[in-house]
Order: sequence, then C-alpha cells, then structure tokens
Amino acid sequence: MTPAALTLRINGKTRTVLAALDDTLLTTLRDALQLTGAKRGCNQGVCGACTVLIDSRPARACLSLTHTCASRDITTIDGPYANIAQLQKAFAETGAVQCGFCTPGMILSAAALLAEKPQPSVEDIRTGLSGNLCRCSGYRKIIEAVQLAAEAGPQ
Amino acid sequence: MSALREGAEIGRSVPRLEIQEKVTGRAAYIADLYRPNMLHAAILGSPYPHARIRSYDLSAALQAPGVQAIITGDDLGDDRMGAFIKDEHALAKGKVRYVGEPVAAVAAETEAEARFAARLIKVEYQELPAILSPEQALAPGAAIIHEDLDSYFKVFPAICGGNVCSKTELAEGDLERGWRECDVVVEGEFETAPQAHVAIEPCGALAEMDPAGRITLWSANQSVFRVQANVCESLGLPMSRLRCLTPRVGGGFGNKMEPHVQPIVVKLAMATGRPVKLILTREEDFEIVRARHPFKIRARTGAKRNGTLVAREVEVLLDGGAYADDSPGVLGYSLLMARGPYRIPHVRCHGTLVYTNKLRFGAFRGFGNPQVSFAGETQIDEIAARLGMDPVEIRRKNALRGDDPWFGGQKLLSNGLMECIDTAQRASAWPRRKERQPIPGKRHGTGFACTAHISGLLGTGAIVRLLEDGTVVLNTGAVDIGQGSDTVLTQICAEALKLPMDRVSVASPDTDGSPYNWGTTASRVTYTTGRAVIGAAAEVERQIKAHAAEILECSELDLELRSGGRVGIMGVPEKELPFAAISARAHWRKGGPIIGSHAWVFDQPTVDPKRAVAHGLPFPQIGVYSFGALAVEIEFDETTGKIEVLRA
Repeated sequence: MTPAALTLRINGKTRTVLAALDDTLLTTLRDALQLTGAKRGCNQGVCGACTVLIDSRPARACLSLTHTCASRDITTIDGPYANIAQLQKAFAETGAVQCGFCTPGMILSAAALLAEKPQPSVEDIRTGLSGNLCRCSGYRKIIEAVQLAAEAGPQ
Repeated sequence: MSALREGAEIGRSVPRLEIQEKVTGRAAYIADLYRPNMLHAAILGSPYPHARIRSYDLSAALQAPGVQAIITGDDLGDDRMGAFIKDEHALAKGKVRYVGEPVAAVAAETEAEARFAARLIKVEYQELPAILSPEQALAPGAAIIHEDLDSYFKVFPAICGGNVCSKTELAEGDLERGWRECDVVVEGEFETAPQAHVAIEPCGALAEMDPAGRITLWSANQSVFRVQANVCESLGLPMSRLRCLTPRVGGGFGNKMEPHVQPIVVKLAMATGRPVKLILTREEDFEIVRARHPFKIRARTGAKRNGTLVAREVEVLLDGGAYADDSPGVLGYSLLMARGPYRIPHVRCHGTLVYTNKLRFGAFRGFGNPQVSFAGETQIDEIAARLGMDPVEIRRKNALRGDDPWFGGQKLLSNGLMECIDTAQRASAWPRRKERQPIPGKRHGTGFACTAHISGLLGTGAIVRLLEDGTVVLNTGAVDIGQGSDTVLTQICAEALKLPMDRVSVASPDTDGSPYNWGTTASRVTYTTGRAVIGAAAEVERQIKAHAAEILECSELDLELRSGGRVGIMGVPEKELPFAAISARAHWRKGGPIIGSHAWVFDQPTVDPKRAVAHGLPFPQIGVYSFGALAVEIEFDETTGKIEVLRA
C-alpha cells in the first residue's frame, strides 16, 4: 500500500511521518521514528509490551493503525512525561524490573491506572495491569512499585 | 581462594546497574538495533513434519520488490552444530524434520518485503511418514529421522542408533536386594506436558560483515560464546572470523542458550555484504526455537515400615524432537536428580531419548529436574500416606546429611537441606493444615516438597583492569539476561578491592574482548563467575601491593587495602597511597598496566566408579549442589478445576 503522510502528536511534539494505511502505530513508532521504548512482543494484542497511551488511555500500539491516531495525543515511555516519573522511581526502588522488556508497557498501564484511581487497591492494580505480561514473574514487586508510586502522591 | 563475607558492598540491597535505562525505555534489545543500509530477513518454514526436499524454485521470490538474497540448504556445506550431537544444519538441508523448520531465508529492504518474498519461494517435497511420539519412533520399521546418526560427531560416548538419540543409566547399590527389604512399595506412571519459554522478547539477531570478511553478530542470547561456537560450526567458519556481542536480553529461561536464527542471519549478511536483521514473530518463536521436554516416567519407590526409604527405580522416556540440542544433557541430568535429596541405598535410574518429527526440546529452567522431582516427591507422599506418617517427617528422616554424597558418589561441599526443611516447616506452620474450614465447592490442600539443583559447572573467567585514575573495568563475558549478574559481579569486584560500586564499570560481553564464559544457565553465574572475579581482583591486589611495597619501602605482607581505593601499611594510618598513584606508576614508569585475570573450570567428577555404575552420562563434571524445601497451600475449585496457590 502506498504510504501517505500524516501528522502525529507524540510525547508533546508534532511529528510528520509517512505510513501505509495498514501500518500499525508500533511499526511507525519503532521503524519510522526510532522511538523503540514500546516493544514488539506478541504483535497481536496479548502481551502488553507495546502499551502506549492514546489520549491518556492505555492502548496496544501493535493493534492501533497509525492513520487512526492522527490528531490524538500519544504518550510513549520515551517521554519526557512528568506523570510517569514517580512510577519510574518506584519501579527502580522496589526492584520491579528484571529483564525489563515488559517494563515500558507496565509503567504506562500503571500511569493510566493512577490517573483514574490515585489510591488503587491491590485488586485494582491487578486488574489495571492484567493486560501486561511479565515472564520473569516479577508481579509481586510490580504491584509493590505501583503502591509505592501511589503513596508518593499525585504524579 | 577465600569467599568474600558481607561487607560495604556485598549484602547491600542496591538497584540493578541498568535500572535507569530500563525504566525510561532506553534499554536497547536486539530489535532496537538499527545499522545503516540494513536489510531485514524472513524465514520460510516447512509445512511438513517429515519430508525430503526435492527442489527449490526461487524465481518468483527473487523478482519480488526489495529482495537482495535468498539462501537455502543448497548454499550450505556439510557442517552441522549441536551442543552434544552435531546433527543440525543452519537451515534444513536435504530433509525437513519438523513443521516450521527453516527451509529458506530472504533478505530484503524491509521486513514486509522479506516476508512477502518468503511466501513466493516454491519448494518441492516428498513427504515421509511423520513420527509424532516416542513410542512411534521406537516401533519396529519406523521411519528413521537421522539416517546418518552414526556418523555425526558427538561430544560424549552417546549410546544411540535408529531413532534413539541417547540412552543413559545410573545405578547404585543392589536394587533386587532393596526391593526384598521393603515393607511398602509404590509404583506409578507420570506424564508431564511440553512447555514454551515465551520470554517476552522473541528471538532475533543482526549481523554485519566488514570489507575484510569479518562478521559482527548481535543477538538475543544467554552466551555469546555458545553463539560463536554454533554459528562457526554450522557455517564452517573459523571462530576468529566472528565477533559476537549482546544487547540487553528480554528474558531467556534456557531458550536463548543454544542457537536460534544467528547462523541464518550470518549467512545472509555474508551473501549480501550488508547488515541483516531478523526478529522472529511470536508464532515463529513458538514454532522454530525450542521447548521444555514432555516426560513419560515410570517410577517405583520402596520403604521399610518405619519410613526408611530403601529402593527406587526410575525409567524415563523423553521426546527430544527433531534435533538433539541440549536433550542428552537433560536426560542425564534428570536421571541424576531422580533419586531426590534422600538417602536411598538401592537406586537405578535409566532413560531413553528419542528423535521425533517435532520441534526440538531443550534447556528450560530446571533442565529435566522439575519433571522427575514431581514423580519422586509424589511417591514419597504416597509412602507417607500408606504408613500414616507426616509428609515432612518422612522427608526429614531420609534427608541427605553429614558426609552423604549425591547419587553417583559426588561429594557435597555443603548441604543445607535440613535447614531448608526446618525453615519451610516453620514458615508454613506445618502441620496446621487440617484446621482450615472448607468452603462449599472448594477444597484446600497443602503440600511439601524437597529438591536440589546444581550450579557451578563448566568454564568461566574474569579480567579486572585498573585504569589510570585508579578506577576499575570488570570484564567477564557473562550475559545478564535480567537476573542481575552485572550488578552482583560488580558488587563482588568492588568488595574485593574495597572500592565503591560506582568506581567499577562492567563491560558488555564480547567474544573479542571478554574471557570465556560458558553461559548464563544452570544458576551458575554468581557461583562460577563470581569466583573468577574474586581471583582476578586478588591478582590486581597483589600487583597493587607489589608497587606499594616498593614505594613505601615495606613488605607486601604489611600492606592492606583500605576502602575508597587506597593501599596502606597496617597499623600506620598515614602511610597510604591512592590506587591512582599506583596505577599511574604502573602505566608510565614500571611494570606495565595492572591487569588481573582468573579462569577456572569445575572439575569434580559426577560419578565415583567405586560407588556407582554410569552409562552414556554426557557430563563428567556437573557442578555443586544446592538444596531447597517448599510448602504450599492451594485452593481447588471443584467446578472449574482451577487451582489457586494461596501461600507458598
């Protein structure tokens, strides 16, 4: 398919890119813009490693078509984005990171959760992160990290 | 060499060294690497489990947009790779042996073009009978999967033939006598399922050839040295022509220890003269890499009326899939672990590993131990129930202790099993388990199990260099796949030289510059590489003291390292020198730059021939043993069958 130009708003900056109509946002972010923070894990909406925020809501970049994202606000881990700083600090302090491949997606899902529920219960955190898989099995510390970020107050 | 005790750096909980890059999305994994003028690759997999390759028709694919090169088995020589049995080409050659097996690979300008062109490759196959279970493989008249098995190079005296890849046996005592002494004997068959690793990061590689023909290869791996060996073996390259590096690795669990697409990517980079990258899709990662072995286990365990274990026989049948990979090791290791961490005088463990037309099975956390431990521990519970004994008490009664060796006769340098049992029992408040009131439709259960595992096998090294300003670079070649070894090894080095951690930098594994490290596997890096780091740091300390003794005009024996990178005379606080002064002297005036190195290989025999009989065991020196005990409380839903672990 012939690529067409469009304008995206990513991490507060306006970027013009060429994208085919069937290009996913993940492909555009990674291959066209070299914003590699969002990861290609399953590329079919299961693992959550590609999670970004579209208009502040968590979304699978691998299932989002680039052309449907025009004029929307896209946030990736590549930031800077003040709202995730507290979470980044908490993930580092609690040791909620092992291989790190799921971490960008985890942090963005957690950011969306905290924006909606600033003081989430453990059950809220489990639900909020249920679309993000960690195979190093670090879930307990990830939950602790989100709790710590929530305790630290508004983002 | 003495072990380091808790100090300024060891025993301190620190964030992992690469934490900032990981929480900011800056950590670069293989898929995040891009090279100028880079091509992308795609693989065509076999549609058949077992077939002869008649011919290839590449004409349509070669004319597809963006295509730069296509390789098939015809482009490969006779070279084969394999950790234990060299039975595998870089791409299928002559035959395909499992569905999905790479048959051809394309390099094109974009990933989409490469994948499109791969679908245009036409391959003519002659289907052969598919062998899909170990029983089928062993049946008389079964189609043979590796006709040339006898002529393959093997790194151990493999007992093989037909579709049998390896047979192994390990025995101690007199089994017949053992059975006669038993008052109670339990017998059973156990089957375990295959399992995929599913590291969140799929496998991938990127290779680039320089104008002199030397190749640099980045890949997701657990050992740059195993990558180098496998690629060079399968492509017939001298190892000096290939440099292997690793970016951050998104989990491995055994999947990335032996090769995946590295040989294919190197071959494409050589064919095109351009950098080539290939990142597998999740589906391809499932189809063409490796998985955990399904086991079929027949086990028999016997005890006296008082709960003393007397005899055990374990027979395993392993489906190895289409290629041997790590399977002979998994078979041998599972047999070594099948007795469990117990005193059982009469034991025979034996097994057969067979080729089938399925994805190869290989290393996966535990390496065959979980499967046999499941069978063995279940039988201990069955004996306890038959005798009316507490499951913990029967384990405690039979636990290895004192100078007891491991099955086969290897001396245990330390044994913490009893402490593990005590700790797990205390933490679980065992045997309070019967007090819990069952909820209608749910049942509660409590279980207790013991285990042991090895660590410490094979070779490793470390190089510690003192820089001009007295700070340090540590280079070990150990790949940190997320378990934190970069941080741990830095802590060890810093502790040994009494430096703060931020004065020690850790080099990324590089086959050109790092000392050999067999790999990040078998829970071995802290134990083996940590010892190499201590040895290398001790050599640096020796050289520092030799300089200091000359400058301060004292004996080396009177010198001590002081925290913060200084060396001084014991009992004379003012007589000291910073490492920077010593290193400057070494660099510019005397002796040469200070470099400490240390290397070692685990060399304790697995089997004591006076005690045990072993046939076809693929590892003469397996490593040191560690012990564990675990109590779990679960809830079982009678309607859905769902099991939830409440406490462990």
